[in-house]
Amino acid sequence: MAALDLKDKVAVAGVGNTSFGALYRDLDAERSPYEMGAQAFVAALEDSGLTKDEVDGVLVCRIPDYARMCDVLGIRYPRFVNVLEGGGRQASLTLQYAALAIAAGQADVVACIYGNNGRSVGARYGGGAGGGINETGISDAAFGMTSPGASVAHMFRRHQHLYGTKEETLGHLAINNRLNAALNPNAVMRDPISMDDYLNSRYIAEPLRLLDYCLINDGGVCTILTSAERAKSLRKPPVYLHSMAAAGDFNHQYTVDDMFYTPLQMVAKEMFAASDFGREDLGVAEIYDNFTPTLLFTLEGLGFCGRGESGDWVTPERIARDGELPLNTSGGHTSESYMQGWALLAEAVRQVRGECGERQVADCKTALYACAAPICSGILFRGDA
Amino acid sequence: MTSDYAKPLPRPNRLSQPFWDGTKRHELLLQKCNDCGHVWFPPSQRCPKCLSTEYEWSKASGRGKVWSWIVMWQRYFPAFEADIPYNVAYVELEEGPRLMTNIVGCDNDAIHCDMAVEVVFEDVTSEISLPKFCPLSS
Repeated sequence: MAALDLKDKVAVAGVGNTSFGALYRDLDAERSPYEMGAQAFVAALEDSGLTKDEVDGVLVCRIPDYARMCDVLGIRYPRFVNVLEGGGRQASLTLQYAALAIAAGQADVVACIYGNNGRSVGARYGGGAGGGINETGISDAAFGMTSPGASVAHMFRRHQHLYGTKEETLGHLAINNRLNAALNPNAVMRDPISMDDYLNSRYIAEPLRLLDYCLINDGGVCTILTSAERAKSLRKPPVYLHSMAAAGDFNHQYTVDDMFYTPLQMVAKEMFAASDFGREDLGVAEIYDNFTPTLLFTLEGLGFCGRGESGDWVTPERIARDGELPLNTSGGHTSESYMQGWALLAEAVRQVRGECGERQVADCKTALYACAAPICSGILFRGDA
Repeated sequence: MTSDYAKPLPRPNRLSQPFWDGTKRHELLLQKCNDCGHVWFPPSQRCPKCLSTEYEWSKASGRGKVWSWIVMWQRYFPAFEADIPYNVAYVELEEGPRLMTNIVGCDNDAIHCDMAVEVVFEDVTSEISLPKFCPLSS
């Protein structure tokens, strides 16, 4: 069967989000992920100019129950509705599934809603009773092993061994995020950091330090998709889903022996083959950075530099807002907020629209969102020329 | 062996009981497919290569190398607090599979990727012996 041509057929009509910085400083054990999602939905709806009754598709992520979400929002009869697990890998996949549904005619307007109360309820991503014990009866916890950060630390140590990657490279990434966050009024951490600050920050899972880690937070993000034709008549200029791809990579650990190189190469091949523009034409790259080394793995896997060469490729100048590849212009997960990719997706859309104020990248017509995780994925966005 | 061992313990089940029976005897056992010879870990009910359900528990050499390693400074498990900073290594066995473990018998500073190691068993309770690894005595 011939593949459906999805190029520019579906567009982002609206994006919305909660505060991030204010929520970070205001813990509330009864904060509801549904209300986080609802706040973002209301903002995205306003952004799009659509009315609630025009939304006939709802995908929720991290929000536990689509039924409760739809009930809260008074969306009684959605034609397309489901839930995706609350993992960072699901952010772009949620948009991809929504786009497929719209292209196939299963829905006209799909709200992709993310809500998270993780900081308030003490989400730790490590430790805890039974951590690491799974159906195999083998336990990582018995050896003190736990947390995605430690898994990424394993991969980064190996990367250092194979390619001589320096810890300062991670520092450049953390500093770049912070420089961008300083211009983002909604970011959690906005005070500048120096390389000394980076190198002096405490180890969590050595070789990774506190400043390599994402900021667990509460919050919500919503992205509303519709057909390109419909988007053209709405409030904001459409930002098209130009091409997209995904590839899984599964073994028994989050740690994989090629640092997601193989699935990312699959994503890059498919995504760029279907695109009218290439890596060199990107206005911004918003790349999932649960921990800073994930950026290196993604840059290599997607072919921005050769395999093992990211340590030299990443320079402060190259990844700055006025550089060759402006990277994580909102501050990313280490400075803006850990929204499991969703806030980076919103930033990609807003950069293409030119709405990012002081941190706006000049003449930004295209954007990449990508994620390296056990499901790797990428979306290329573009605006009207 | 201490009776007040407080660290997290594996919970052997039908799938992994032979593995833990093996470590208790100080043998490292891995599943080996009777049809295609593939060796895998962690346990599952069929060979992930050829999907056969015919396998045996085969004694591994116990030798391998450190694929990677970290030093944990964060207190995720209260019972590990006294060990901080402790190492966690991902060891690649000669037979192919990799497993999470700790390196014992050398300082953290002496661990390096691709370091040759061999299994040693730590009898942590009367029921559980954990496979750990020490530098291979050449």
